[in-house]
Amino acid sequence: MIELDRAGRSFKVKRSVVHAVQNLSFTVSAGEFVGYLGPNGAGKSTTIKMLCGILTPTSGTVRVAGLDPSRRRTTLARRIGVVFGQRTTLWWDLPLRDSFELIRHLYRIDRAAFAARLDELTGTLDLGAFLRTPVRQLSLGQRMRGDLAAALLHAPDVLVLDEPTIGLDVVSKASIRDFLLRVNAERGTTVLLTTHDLGDIERLCRRVMLIDHGRLAFDGTLDDLMATAPEQSSIEEVVTRLYTGSAS
Amino acid sequence: MRCGAPGPRRIIASFPSADPCAGPGTVRDRALTPWRCKTFPLYARLVRYGFRKHATYVRGALAGAFTNSVFGILRAYTLIAVWQARPGLAGYDITDAITFCFVTQAFIGPMQLFGGGLTIPERIRSGDIALDLVRPASLQLWTLAEDVGRAAYLFLVRGIPPMLLGALLFGISVPTRPGQWAAFLTGFALAVIVSFGWRYLVALSVCWLLDDRGVTVLSMVLSTFFSGMMVPLHLFPGWFGDLVMVLPWAAMVQLPTDLYLGTAAVADTLAVQALWAAVLLGLGALGTRAIRHKVVIQGG
Repeated sequence: MIELDRAGRSFKVKRSVVHAVQNLSFTVSAGEFVGYLGPNGAGKSTTIKMLCGILTPTSGTVRVAGLDPSRRRTTLARRIGVVFGQRTTLWWDLPLRDSFELIRHLYRIDRAAFAARLDELTGTLDLGAFLRTPVRQLSLGQRMRGDLAAALLHAPDVLVLDEPTIGLDVVSKASIRDFLLRVNAERGTTVLLTTHDLGDIERLCRRVMLIDHGRLAFDGTLDDLMATAPEQSSIEEVVTRLYTGSAS
Repeated sequence: MRCGAPGPRRIIASFPSADPCAGPGTVRDRALTPWRCKTFPLYARLVRYGFRKHATYVRGALAGAFTNSVFGILRAYTLIAVWQARPGLAGYDITDAITFCFVTQAFIGPMQLFGGGLTIPERIRSGDIALDLVRPASLQLWTLAEDVGRAAYLFLVRGIPPMLLGALLFGISVPTRPGQWAAFLTGFALAVIVSFGWRYLVALSVCWLLDDRGVTVLSMVLSTFFSGMMVPLHLFPGWFGDLVMVLPWAAMVQLPTDLYLGTAAVADTLAVQALWAAVLLGLGALGTRAIRHKVVIQGG
């Protein structure tokens, strides 16, 4: 579903060249739930932007759902859902429901299918109480649930999440995690999750990829990841070892 | 809105089936098909949302209407003094001058003459623009539709009050012929698009300049001086007067005002406005393509 083959992206900043991502290769199969970890500035967001087609790789190739994202961005947009935890795609001043209606037109979703999906998402994400509330009045947890619904209304094959639980309380985090597990298990949606919350990784991801300095530093199951450190280490300790180890 | 032949009806079950429109390798995303007609309701909805978004801040708009009205009165007295000293200046009589004053005051909101009105600079700085670029829609058309809604709302709330006040206090002329109204409204709509086209380019410049304050001030000076907001452009002599009349800023204020007053050649005036609308939108489309390679640096 997602294939990167020696993908790289560099930026020219003044006279120097910064390699945000270098020689990155991995494959994510349909239906997988993959955690994508890395310290700040490691190249996670750059990878996500290449997957969405916002950014063209400067070397190598990227394919998502069989498409070259940067060339087929519009087509791909209909098959991919993206959530940036620190940003919102919802209309700040209008009721949540209005943003969903706009998405219906944006993705040309059939009216009946839209109603069915919205009903389902309203139930699973518990949106009913605030569908008619302007987005600016929503709590962060409510807004994030709204953003998740917005990303899934067009039934994408792939869901890319960039820190979806950032700033959320434990209850909101738990409900979002449960929801993501359901989406992955019941609908077979492929999920790529970027997060700094290792609780998300432990709870959700069977497979973990770790990127550092723009290169893939680890790719394996959660158990493989834990096995890289002495027994009894917490996941925080394991990841800290990998971050600092690959940095040295 | 339904348009064109119904075509093969798309039946989409609930999850997980994907939109058949999105099938890999199909030609549908490139070809002009009846589905394309479905883009119209999207942009019509965006116009409505732009209107409603600004309607949220009704007190702000009314405060703007009050300010525009008060400054309209001050400007009117200045223009009355000038036209009493020099009757017939710029081809206007004193009623034309007062009408000019209040019509142009009414344009401040819809044409956003002091700059701004678009959220793009803020979204480029914050990186939110990434979300806009993910959407399967044109960033420029999306922004234009929203801006048309904004202009429509501000025309009603910030445009009409100064004109009514001007009519009440000083008496202003009103187009008498339906053709004159049609010409004015067309010119007004084109002026909104020209204004958008200019502000969109100014907004995109943040990508290259990192800070839009300098270019915003420059734009405000150009938009207020060369549009006719300060004084009617007909006052400028010789080649300079001819030049300013064909610049894009004249298409925002002076030309639609002349259509309102009935002092302009309708076809020529609309042609100049349409030309600038096309040129600025064209440049905006090129700029939109260029920022796809640029914004991500600040995206984070």
